[in-house]
Amino acid sequence: MSDVFERVKRIVVDRLGADEAEVTLEASFKDDLGADSLDVVELVMELEDEFDLEISDEDAEKITTVGEVVNYIQSHT
Amino acid sequence: MKSLEGKSAIVTGASRGIGRSIALALAEAGANVVVNYAGNESAANGVVSEIEAMGVKSFAVQGHVGDSKQFEELVSRTLEAFGSIDILVNNAGITRDNLIMRMKEEDFDSVIETNLKGVFNGIKAVTRQMMKQRSGRIINISSVVGVTGNPGQANYVAAKAGVIGLTKTAAQELATRGITVNCVAPGFIGTDMTGELPEDIRAKILGQIPLARLGKPEEVAKAVVFLASDDASYMTGQTLHIDGGMYM
Repeated sequence: MSDVFERVKRIVVDRLGADEAEVTLEASFKDDLGADSLDVVELVMELEDEFDLEISDEDAEKITTVGEVVNYIQSHT
Repeated sequence: MKSLEGKSAIVTGASRGIGRSIALALAEAGANVVVNYAGNESAANGVVSEIEAMGVKSFAVQGHVGDSKQFEELVSRTLEAFGSIDILVNNAGITRDNLIMRMKEEDFDSVIETNLKGVFNGIKAVTRQMMKQRSGRIINISSVVGVTGNPGQANYVAAKAGVIGLTKTAAQELATRGITVNCVAPGFIGTDMTGELPEDIRAKILGQIPLARLGKPEEVAKAVVFLASDDASYMTGQTLHIDGGMYM
């Protein structure tokens, strides 16, 4: 759990330029972390590479918070 | 140093005509070039040999641009060989001319599939890589008739006009990632495609060209090399008209 969260957090900080303290499980990419639609697409691409999995477009559209990403990765790896 | 030294490029429909000239011109400017073709393998291999003779790398990949899977395959083979994709030229195009009254639905569909959806497939297929690189040049080949209309070419004109709109949208979506998307709109260029025109139509067309001659494929290729180079770094979403002044 913590390992996946830490890896996700590092990518989010890196990609969105967000402050580490802001990247909580509850944080919404668009509302709290300042991501636009393209940022989210890019984030998904990077997570796919990092965790070596494929996130379908349907699933990707449902993901809005950091916690949802962490859950998705844990249940698909 | 040449303007495109070390860059890697894909040109669709590059076995002959304008595509062939573009592939050769990009190679001349120093780029490694993947030559995509639909059917004419020997012509494509001929272009590859000409490019290799310039001291850069090249290989041919057969594939229909209207098929997204085949375009993805083209992109992954390019990445395997060259490690990056800096330039995509969406050039592949076909014609199935007829008056609307006589145009078959399948002829409309096949032209849209290759000439318009093929460009969409190309943009989509390279975007992931170019976004990662934070740089890329996409150059789409439209046509003067996409702007002016042309009797007997409803399918071709619709596709070529669509390419201009697609270019503007892609330019807006990708600008923040360092990717520029532009169009080149050739007029009547001396190729196999225009060689099929009947003599009376040809004479009529010449009368509409202020520079009073058909263009050369090389003259279109020069514009593409410009758009692919650093010289065009502040241009995106634009259409360059290389048509002897037909459309102003």
